[in-house]
Amino acid sequence: MNTLLYISGFVAVISTLMVITRTNAVHALLYLIVSLLSVSLVFFLLGAPFAAALEVIVYAGAIMVLFIFVIMMLNAGADSAKQERQWLSPAGWIGPACLSAVLLGELVYALTGSSTKIIMVGMVSPKQVGISLFGPYLIGVELASILLLSGLIGAYHLGRPDKTEEKEEKERNGP
Amino acid sequence: MNSVSGEFVLLLSGILFALGLTGVLMRRNIIFILMSVEIMLNAAGLAFVVAAARWHQPDGQVMFIFILAMAAAEVSVGLALVLRFFRSFKTLDADAAGRMRG
Repeated sequence: MNTLLYISGFVAVISTLMVITRTNAVHALLYLIVSLLSVSLVFFLLGAPFAAALEVIVYAGAIMVLFIFVIMMLNAGADSAKQERQWLSPAGWIGPACLSAVLLGELVYALTGSSTKIIMVGMVSPKQVGISLFGPYLIGVELASILLLSGLIGAYHLGRPDKTEEKEEKERNGP
Repeated sequence: MNSVSGEFVLLLSGILFALGLTGVLMRRNIIFILMSVEIMLNAAGLAFVVAAARWHQPDGQVMFIFILAMAAAEVSVGLALVLRFFRSFKTLDADAAGRMRG
């Protein structure tokens, strides 16, 4: 059980490392999907099959498809990868990488000093999650639905072509 | 009932979060910045799920579902903004956002 966990964690780290270093957006996106799938496997091994299924369906399915559509619409070609390679100069990434490594080192130090070394894992069934979701967390579900609705309206408003400008132009030229 | 090293999973979540943070700081392309934000949200969700497994309570998974809904809303608005940005500036350079002015 632990071996599977180590393997999938290793795959997740490697593929995430590839995501932040690729110059081609589609390649990075495919690596991100691999990373999300391996994290989903970690969820499954932790006894959270519902979270694992949601990770595959919502993250690796819906959100990544959204990214792919936007990358297709932006039509980034070979020259964008070249510019990306130019932007990724060592002077640009060494500073942030060092600072993140320092923060990670602190986190590792804090984790290894903790007393709980090994935890026992039991499965948390989807039924328990559903009862909790629609019992004590009902207000959170309502708030999430309002958030999703506002996200929908916001995306529609921002993504719509500029009708007002066209109309003004037409009115100016029309009569 | 299986015994799994929870420390390793917390460590994994920390590493993924640090990688996402590095990505946000070092990339200049807005699409890559959004992808790195997704990595960070996913790492936070992983920490919640391992906490749910540690105490055998569903609350952590409930928080993961909320994070998922938040990520979906965030990415839809973010990508709509990216399309709008690209339409007006013909570039994905985050530095060009300084010229936005409303």
